[in-house]
Amino acid sequence: MALKYLKDVVTLKLNKDKCIGCGICFQVCPHQVFMIDGGKADIRDKDSCMECGACAQNCPINAVTVRSGVG
Amino acid sequence: MLTAKDHFDNFKVRWGINRYNYTVSPGLYAVGDPKQDSPVIVTANYKLTFDLLRKELAGQNLWVLVLNTKGINVWCAAGKGTFGTNELINRINKTKLEHVVSHRKIIIPQLGAPGVASQKVTKSSGFKVSFGPVRAKDIPEFLANGWNASNEMRTVSFDLKDRIVLTPMEIIPGLKFLLIPVILLLVFNIINHRGFDLNSLTETFFNLLSYVGAFLMGTFFVPVLLPYIPFRSFALKGLFLGSLWALVFFNFHSVFMFADNHLILIGNILLLLSISTYLALNFTGSSTYTSFSGTLRETIIVVPLVVAASIAGIGLLVAYTISNLG
Repeated sequence: MALKYLKDVVTLKLNKDKCIGCGICFQVCPHQVFMIDGGKADIRDKDSCMECGACAQNCPINAVTVRSGVG
Repeated sequence: MLTAKDHFDNFKVRWGINRYNYTVSPGLYAVGDPKQDSPVIVTANYKLTFDLLRKELAGQNLWVLVLNTKGINVWCAAGKGTFGTNELINRINKTKLEHVVSHRKIIIPQLGAPGVASQKVTKSSGFKVSFGPVRAKDIPEFLANGWNASNEMRTVSFDLKDRIVLTPMEIIPGLKFLLIPVILLLVFNIINHRGFDLNSLTETFFNLLSYVGAFLMGTFFVPVLLPYIPFRSFALKGLFLGSLWALVFFNFHSVFMFADNHLILIGNILLLLSISTYLALNFTGSSTYTSFSGTLRETIIVVPLVVAASIAGIGLLVAYTISNLG
């Protein structure tokens, strides 16, 4: 039974125009929020995002932003 | 090899005993007999983390670079920034890692990623950062598979075992909230029985058992039964189980030595529900899938309601006392 938290609250944003498809966001995300499709990242499951900030921290061109709070 | 003492100490920190001083010294450690070309795994200096890691790496030959995370585990420290870019760069320099290994690669745990900007580390230290699996037990397979992790290795779960080990650290810090009913009920019984005697003490004890029930709903049963309780909101899950307990309380109030009076029963129910709701909400802080934005929304709505309900509950008990004394 996959645990799910509240809907439509997370502050995760992906700028697909900037995205270079390096795949790091996909690698570091602990909940498979991202997928790589057609050479670019895409958000697969936004409500599964826990705003940990791993993606934003490691995106080489700052295409991903999220308010990660105090962790 | 972890000794019996290690196991016991690791068990104790799960209960908060010596938890904030449970460290190993930062620096470079060897597992097995590593050479110049052996991999480097980075970790935190919380001894629970370090022991878990070295237990899973038994039989391997590699270097373990321990960062100074002030005795905090990888994921929490990453969130705070102490398992961070600067500490990693500094530790690489301090341990002269570039002289120890001939390669320029380090493996950081995936859950260290929130705190580490991998490109900055590479720019500053020359070491390329790879992300290892979430769980230490998957490291041997990760290494054997050419440093590739499956999707499963990159996903954090929150199954029963994960949840139940967190309950002592909900219960122990939560106990201070039980002081409020202790004092409240004691004062209530002393005033209403006009005396501090064995009767009021006995009655207070049995009254309190109902509060222990609400307390355990919020601190133990919500975490344990998490996926099976309705609602996504933790506060609502606490309210749900708390309501079940309130039903038990209402039907068996004489077992808890409460009089058959609606002011008393409803007053206490408001307090019981407040306790289980609030303590369940608190569990969001230890969970592995709740977002900051979500918990903020819950907190802003729920805390004022819990405070209001508690005040109303106390108000009803005061109203009863006044009418009883008259």
